[in-house]
Amino acid sequence: MKGALPILAFAVLMGLAPLLVASNVVLNFLVFTLIIALAAQGWNLLGGYGGQYSFGHAAFFGTGAYVTAILQVRYGMNAYPAFTAGIGVAALVGLAIGFLAFRSGLRGSYFALVTLAFAEVFRVLANAAEMTGGAAGILIRLQANPANFQFAERGTFLWVALALVTLALLATLALERSRLGAQLVAVRENEAAAQALGVDVLAVKLRAITLSAAMTGAAGGLYAQYFLYLDANIAYGTWISVEALLAPIVGGAGTVFGPVLGAVILHGLGEATKSLAGSIPGIDLVIFGIVLILVVRFPPRDLPGLLRRRRRA
Amino acid sequence: MTGTGPDPAFLAVRGVTKRFGGLLAVNDATFDVGEGTITGLIGPNGAGKTTLFAVVAGFEKPTSGMVMLEGEDITGRKPHELARMGLARTFQIVQPFAGLTVRENIAVGAFLREAKRGAALEVAEEVATRVGLADQLDKPAAALTVAGRKRLEVARALATRPKLLLLDEVLAGLNPSEVRDIVPVVQGIRASGITVLMIEHVMQAVMNLCSQVHVLAQGRIICSGTPAEVVAAPQVVEAYLGHGAAKRLQGAAHA
Repeated sequence: MKGALPILAFAVLMGLAPLLVASNVVLNFLVFTLIIALAAQGWNLLGGYGGQYSFGHAAFFGTGAYVTAILQVRYGMNAYPAFTAGIGVAALVGLAIGFLAFRSGLRGSYFALVTLAFAEVFRVLANAAEMTGGAAGILIRLQANPANFQFAERGTFLWVALALVTLALLATLALERSRLGAQLVAVRENEAAAQALGVDVLAVKLRAITLSAAMTGAAGGLYAQYFLYLDANIAYGTWISVEALLAPIVGGAGTVFGPVLGAVILHGLGEATKSLAGSIPGIDLVIFGIVLILVVRFPPRDLPGLLRRRRRA
Repeated sequence: MTGTGPDPAFLAVRGVTKRFGGLLAVNDATFDVGEGTITGLIGPNGAGKTTLFAVVAGFEKPTSGMVMLEGEDITGRKPHELARMGLARTFQIVQPFAGLTVRENIAVGAFLREAKRGAALEVAEEVATRVGLADQLDKPAAALTVAGRKRLEVARALATRPKLLLLDEVLAGLNPSEVRDIVPVVQGIRASGITVLMIEHVMQAVMNLCSQVHVLAQGRIICSGTPAEVVAAPQVVEAYLGHGAAKRLQGAAHA
């Protein structure tokens, strides 16, 4: 497939990291960035390509994470089917929220608010329910064995996360070149014109939010397997909704590499400021805010977009 | 033709009324479009032409009345369903996918009948050639001139392979030489077997292109006939120039 080469190159380069770096801090940082990149890639399918800006992707991240954890802890299921079920349930939640929001024609800030509200409702419920462990959270028992989707080496987990991100990148590339991708972008650019050209706007949006939720749900499941602990504020917290939308917006919404690039830039900056001005709590969040303001005020569209446009002109 | 039994008209609009609150935009409009024709819909500004188009293309539900395509009742169907049935429209205020190239814009239309990207892009190129956009395929749509954007509207609609094409003022805002350039494009569309219904203000083009013209004024069809008949009809002259104008013009001509 044309365009797959940079993705494979990225996978190989990133895959070398565990062989070159032994520092757990660095590997931790990379794994976390990959998880965010995966969640952000999910957001990008709906927000970047489809122009439907969700502020509540935590709803999908958290669902993927909780289902993965609960099926193992409460029902003794193996981690892999639990993880798969987590993706499936997240996709269903996406379809349901999408149906409610898009059927009534919610767009723009109204759609953003509704998704935010759903994520908050889930957070409050998860915080109160017994099934989720309530405010105490839920702990997946440490059994470092590949059969349990747990790995003694951080490097191994990085490869697994990287494989999933690579799959997500390839899937995004395939979407970009498909009929659904073209129709999704058409909906983003102009709904009325898309309708006139035979695009079933509701169906296209529903497919997009389902795929989007599945991908972000996978990131949630991955998070659960890596940290082995969840509570409502982690799984359904606003932080992940913000991370999932900030990375693509900074790196380039509606591009294949945007979310990965954005996640690396934001977390790179965050880590750098933390290590430089370590004693100031929350300084990385301040940097996030400043970057966001700059990106919104001076929209470069995105870095790859700038390069592409220059080539076109 | 309003009797019972199968309606021979390709597109039949029957007693369509559209009310927006207290505003009666279209009032009991009835007319036909014959298969393989170029039919004009003219009328003064605010007559309700674009609203009538929106009803036919499924963007607005009529308050009452019926629209039939090839004898099938299509009233109230969604725009994307109608597009699938072979009814395409352009917009008076052009609606390009601004962030996409000309090629990608047209391909969105082509994807209606083509599942594969390669095939859709091929159709896009072919259609672009037909409307004279072949040399601008890789330009972003936002970089096109007004005339180019009008052509793009037509190209996207054509890429859906319609049976019936509704053109909403594709000539408005173009200079006379641009109008001359696009007239053969519309003729070529008809020649390829597509029925055309066009809203148009540029009378020179209406006279050249249309075999049948319907005149809409204040929401009502006030006259139907050949272009020559229609421009001579007193009620049409009055609709444009005001009450009594026909008589005064006649008086002036005799004096």
